[in-house]
Amino acid sequence: MNAPVKKKLKVATTSLAGCFGCHMSFLDIDERLFTLLEHIEFDRSPLTDIKHCSPDCDIGIIEGGLCNAENVHVLREFRANCKILIALGACAINGGLPAQRNHLPLTTILEEVYHTSPGLANGLIPNDIELPLPLNQVHPIHEVVKIDYFIPGCPPSGDAIWKVLTDLLAGREPELGHGLMHYD
Amino acid sequence: MSTNFMLDGQSIPFEDGQTIIQAATQAGVYIPHLCYHPEFKPHGSCKLCTVKVNGRQTASCTMRASAGMVVENNTEELNAERRALTQMLFVEGNHFCPSCEKSGNCQLQATAYHLGMMSPHYDHFFPNRPVDASHPDVLLDFNRCILCSLCVRASRDVDKKNVFALSGRGIKTHLIVNAASGHLADTNFTIDDKAAKVCPVGVILHKRNGFAVPIGERTYDKAPIGAQVEAVTEGV
Repeated sequence: MNAPVKKKLKVATTSLAGCFGCHMSFLDIDERLFTLLEHIEFDRSPLTDIKHCSPDCDIGIIEGGLCNAENVHVLREFRANCKILIALGACAINGGLPAQRNHLPLTTILEEVYHTSPGLANGLIPNDIELPLPLNQVHPIHEVVKIDYFIPGCPPSGDAIWKVLTDLLAGREPELGHGLMHYD
Repeated sequence: MSTNFMLDGQSIPFEDGQTIIQAATQAGVYIPHLCYHPEFKPHGSCKLCTVKVNGRQTASCTMRASAGMVVENNTEELNAERRALTQMLFVEGNHFCPSCEKSGNCQLQATAYHLGMMSPHYDHFFPNRPVDASHPDVLLDFNRCILCSLCVRASRDVDKKNVFALSGRGIKTHLIVNAASGHLADTNFTIDDKAAKVCPVGVILHKRNGFAVPIGERTYDKAPIGAQVEAVTEGV
């Protein structure tokens, strides 16, 4: 008799206020992706172009912080549908580069970018209903939903991502030692 | 007269007048710390070097060693508290490591690595702290100040200039520059001052010098913090 087929874990990923560098670093696990795909299948992700999470995702991987209302909606969808959420990279963990705007009033930034800066003769601040509203400040994702694991780095190395994922798949508490633990 | 105390079950010799952290360092045992520096009088403010002496918590940089005391240092309980203190330091300032030229040489970052800090855990303050770029040779980026007071002590005790001070109380404590304008350019501070060399984080930065050492070759890329202390007794 054939052995029962082991169910693959569903993994969803997204990039919020990030630069996709963490996703690129994820792809840097190179041919280990084939090993990984023996154990997981991708659900909602820029890699599959699936638009919404299945309700039974096992792992959600979030790159980037929260800079607008849509980011918050996406994050909440991931939390509602994934058993484990992982914050991937500096921006998800502390806001990162987008959070460097946090000490400036949002109106000042919008005025300068779209209105008063040289080259834009009396430009208007975009106000289409399709555009998500920016938040007053950029926030790390753990300030809005419960995050189970964190992989620091800008970006985390492929090896660090591989270490955490394989630890989780093996049922171990993920740990990054010297060389894999980086905030930069 | 040399006697001993017990540190995590290991007998540590000490000389009269030595603090716990001094004796431990001499014996090759690392105790995490940020405001302590062997060349300066202890400040006892960061509390990272907290150990348990005969069951009671105390700062090992201010507590003198005495014969027969039983000290706990590298325990899960103490390291969890040190990690929480480090997380609070990260959220109180603006610590964006990827864009900081001190990254890889920063004691705060290396200590956080040592303590296994995977996230800042708390909500961020995102304070507004303008930088002082007035001095021709040195940039002050207050966003990263952890109030260790090492620059205050170095400028006062070694340089005899009193360029820096900590002002305000509690959460409002901040580093100030001793000039009517508040600007570093209006002091007699120079790049050769001891105070220009003791900052454990990326506040006092030498201009035109950033990112000179590539990633992979910086101080804490090569060995984790504490390795130098532990290397003292290797091969002895």
